[in-house]
Amino acid sequence: MDPIDTTKVQAVIERFVDKDVYIHLETTNGAYASHFNESFFSAGAYIRNGKIRYTRGKITGDEPYRVGLKMELGWIYAEGITHWELDGENRLLMAGYDKDGKLAVALQISETPFD
Amino acid sequence: MEKHDHVLVVFPHPDDEAFGVSGSIASFIQNGTPVTYMCLTLGEMGRNMGNPPFANRETLPLIRKKELTAACDVLGIKDVRMMGYRDKTIEFEDNALIAKQVTDVIDELKPTLVITFYPGYSVHPDHDSCGEAVIEAVRKLPESERPKVECVAFSNNCVEELGEADVSRDVSTVQDKKISTIEAHRSQTAGLIAGVKKRLKANEEELLNWLQKERFWTYKFD
Ligand SMILES: [Zn+2]
Repeated sequence: MDPIDTTKVQAVIERFVDKDVYIHLETTNGAYASHFNESFFSAGAYIRNGKIRYTRGKITGDEPYRVGLKMELGWIYAEGITHWELDGENRLLMAGYDKDGKLAVALQISETPFD
Repeated sequence: MEKHDHVLVVFPHPDDEAFGVSGSIASFIQNGTPVTYMCLTLGEMGRNMGNPPFANRETLPLIRKKELTAACDVLGIKDVRMMGYRDKTIEFEDNALIAKQVTDVIDELKPTLVITFYPGYSVHPDHDSCGEAVIEAVRKLPESERPKVECVAFSNNCVEELGEADVSRDVSTVQDKKISTIEAHRSQTAGLIAGVKKRLKANEEELLNWLQKERFWTYKFD
């Protein structure tokens, strides 16, 4: 994956506007966070292959970035995005890596379901 | 070391077999005991993507599958069964179904020793649920047919609540294999292994202890 280039990512986000797309959205502190630090409140969420349609999408902020997708009846957003890639299957993969290089958040958009 | 006819290892993640268990596995295989490894998931949700990163969320499963195969090659595990579950979802699955799959493998192989995680003392929900399924599978067997079950536990309260581990295996003779096994899970361990090698060179006692001694709790079924 490459560090975010907002112009390029914005262009790809717009390719999926008004199309049925599959979303992978994930936030995580890792399953060991509360093991290493017992006072740490671990929280996260995960959706894989949520089928949605968005009418506008935007990447904003300044390292790390935020991405918001506006749907007819609601919103999807992620913060902490640092890296992106348009993979061989034309899926937009965005992720946020923490200072140790561990994934903390992922937002991915595809016209076909993820495996 | 005690002699076993067949050892069955059941863990949810590729690399669970590497830390704290691979020395025992290597020793069993060196003594001529076949080892079968049921690995429930491909670690799809791993947070490490390599150091420097070479994986992403979508390529990680295939990469970890290859790493698992490589680790099994290092250890000499000829029978690895990837069960097709998804990382971080084991606790939401039908536990009885996973237990049934373990029962089937036990019926097939008649292992005399089963190694898994201690339910409730293994930190990751997948670990605890995997251990639960294995314990349930073995509990169903008539007492005389039950293999010994050795559990890995590492929650902060495990010694306080379970007492000290009753099995302690010296695996110093297969230490190099153990390091190579950990190393085989490159996407997850690249950062860690560099530190291990440095501390090994310095003969650091804490590290040698971690590397050369493997501890297990024998599960008691009453
Ligand atoms: Zn694990």
